[in-house]
Amino acid sequence: MAEIDFALLKERFDYLTERESADHLAVNCPSEKLVEFCTVLRDEFGFDMLVDVTAVDWDARSPRFTGIYHFLSTSKHEYLRVAADCPDDINPALPTLCGLYAAANWHERETFDLMGIRYEGHPNLRRILMWDAYPYHPLRKDFPLAGIEVPLPAADVAEQTKASVIAAPMMGGPFVSSGDGPMSQTEPRARDESWTETKEKPTD
Amino acid sequence: MATTTKEFTIADASGRASEIEGEVPGETMAINVGPSHPTTHGVLRLMMELDGDEIEKCEPVLGYLHRGDEKIAENMTYNQFVPYTDRLDYLAPLANNVAYAMAVEKLAHLEVPERCEAIRVLCCELARISSHLLGIGVYGMDAGAWTVFMYTFTEREKLYTLFEELTGARFTTSYTRIGGVARDIPEGWLGRVLEFCNGVLPVIDQVDKLLTRNRIFMDRTMGIGVISKEDAIAYGITGPNLRASGFDLDLRKDRPYLGYDKYDFEVPVGTKGDCYDRYLMRAEEVRQSVSIVRQVIDKFPEGPYYAEEAKKIFAPPKSKILSSMEELIQNFMIVTEGPQIPPGEVYFEAENPKGALGFYIVSKGGGVPYRLKIRGPSFCNLSILDKMIPGHYLTDITVILGSLDFVMGECDR
Repeated sequence: MAEIDFALLKERFDYLTERESADHLAVNCPSEKLVEFCTVLRDEFGFDMLVDVTAVDWDARSPRFTGIYHFLSTSKHEYLRVAADCPDDINPALPTLCGLYAAANWHERETFDLMGIRYEGHPNLRRILMWDAYPYHPLRKDFPLAGIEVPLPAADVAEQTKASVIAAPMMGGPFVSSGDGPMSQTEPRARDESWTETKEKPTD
Repeated sequence: MATTTKEFTIADASGRASEIEGEVPGETMAINVGPSHPTTHGVLRLMMELDGDEIEKCEPVLGYLHRGDEKIAENMTYNQFVPYTDRLDYLAPLANNVAYAMAVEKLAHLEVPERCEAIRVLCCELARISSHLLGIGVYGMDAGAWTVFMYTFTEREKLYTLFEELTGARFTTSYTRIGGVARDIPEGWLGRVLEFCNGVLPVIDQVDKLLTRNRIFMDRTMGIGVISKEDAIAYGITGPNLRASGFDLDLRKDRPYLGYDKYDFEVPVGTKGDCYDRYLMRAEEVRQSVSIVRQVIDKFPEGPYYAEEAKKIFAPPKSKILSSMEELIQNFMIVTEGPQIPPGEVYFEAENPKGALGFYIVSKGGGVPYRLKIRGPSFCNLSILDKMIPGHYLTDITVILGSLDFVMGECDR
C-alpha cells in the first residue's frame, strides 16, 4: 500500500499547491486543470470514488468561491481533498466532473442550486433541492438566515391564495455569542437580526 | 362452451403502413409517483414515462424536505447543531449524533476516553439494528408480506425503550456532545441491552423463515434493480447498497474509528447487486451488530464518559456545575460562546446504517462553524435511480425503492 503524499502529486503536477487540512491530504488545483488532474487521479492514483462535492463562500475575500471535492480510494482507503478556486467572483464557474464520475451529477446540481456555481459542461444543470424558478442561492453568505420572500412555485395556487413563501420569523432564532469583545457585547443573540416579524425587512 | 376464432385480413395493411413517413410514434404515458406515496418512504417524487407497463424514463425530484440544515449550522454553535443531526437519518439518530461529534472532535484534535468510545459504538450499532429492523420490515411490506413488519417493529419498539432510558428521548436523541456524550449510561442498562440482543436474533431468524426462501418474495426481488459494481462506485453508493453489489467497503473495517478494529465482526458482501441481495445484507448486518454489541458490553471500560481535559469544549456534568464556581464559569462560556474549535478543515465519514454519512466542516475558530456540508448517503444512493429504473415494470418501483432503504431527511437536508 503506497501512501499518497503531496510530493508524489507535486512531482507529476507542478501546478498543485498544498492546502492546509486538519486530516487528509488536501491540494489546491487551478480550475482550468481540474478535469485533467482528476482524470489522472481516477485512472492512475486509484481515487475511484467521488464522495462529495461542495463549495465554500469566503464572503469578502477574493477569490470568493472555492469548489471542494472529496475523493476516496476504495483500494487504499484514503481520502483526498481537492480545492479549486472559481476565477470569477460575480459569475463563479468550474468545469464539470460528470464525464469522469457519475456521482458528480447530483452533487454539482446541488452546489449550483445552493451556492450558485455554474459547472461548465454539466448535462443537466438544474436546481435540485429548491424549485426551478427559485431566484436565490441560499448558502451564499449574503443570503439572510431567515430567507427572503419569494412567490410560491405554483402560480395558480399563488393566485388563488394570494400567498407567497415568506421569510422565517427570527425571533428566538439560534442564539449565539459572537465570541470576541467584552462580555456585555458578546451576550448571545440571534445572528441575523437585521429584520424580524416585528421589524420590516430593510430595502436596498 | 366452444369458442370460435374468426379470421380476417386488412387489405394491404403493409402498403398503408409504409405511407406513414418516419417512425411511428408510440404513445407513452407520464406517471407521477409521490411526493406523498407509501412506496417512496418519505417525500420523494418520481416523474416517469411509461411505454405500456415498462418504464422508459425516470426522473427523481427531490427537495420536498429541504430545511437548509447547512445554512442553519453556520449560524449556531457546534453543540446547538446536535439536535439537527437527529433529523438527518431520523431512523438512526444516534448514529448521526456520533458521526457529527466525531467530525468536530477531529477538527479539535480531541480524543475521547475509552468508555465514551464504547458508549458511542453501542449507540451506533443499536441505531443500525433499529434502522435495519425497520428497513427489513417495511421492505417485506413493500413486497406484499405484512407479517414481517409486525415482528420487526415489535423489536424496534423495545430498542426505543432502551434509547429512551439512555437519552431521555425515543426518537430525537441528541445524545452526543462535542467531546463526549450527554450523560453516562443508566444503571443496569447494559443488562437490558443484552436481554434485547438475546431477543432480537430469534426474530431475525423468524424473518428469515418468512422471507428469505419465500417464493413470492424471491420472484419479486431477484434480478430486479441490479446495480453493477462499477456503477455503484461511479455513483458514490455506500453502505449495504454498495456491498450488495459485491464491493467490500465498510468504513468500520477499512478506516476504523471509535476502536472498531478491536471488535471481531464480518462484513457481508453480496454477489448480484439486486434487490434480494440488498435485503440479505441488512438481515446479516443485524446479526453482526448484535455480535459487536455483545463484545462491547463484554469488556465495557470504566472511566470518564467525556474528555475531561477539554475544558473549552465540553461542559462539565450538572452536579459539578451546581457545586463549584470554576465549573459554573466553564459551563457559562461553553453555552454562550460554544465549544472553542481551532481553525481548519476536516472531512469525516462514518459508516451509518444507510451508508457513509460525511461532514465537511470549515472552521475559522470559535464556537460556530464557518461552513458545514453534510454528505447524506441517501442522496448519493438515490442518484442512480434515473439510470437503474428504466427497463423495469411499474410494479417493480415499490420493490426497488424499498430495497435502497433511503431516508429523505438526509437526502434533502
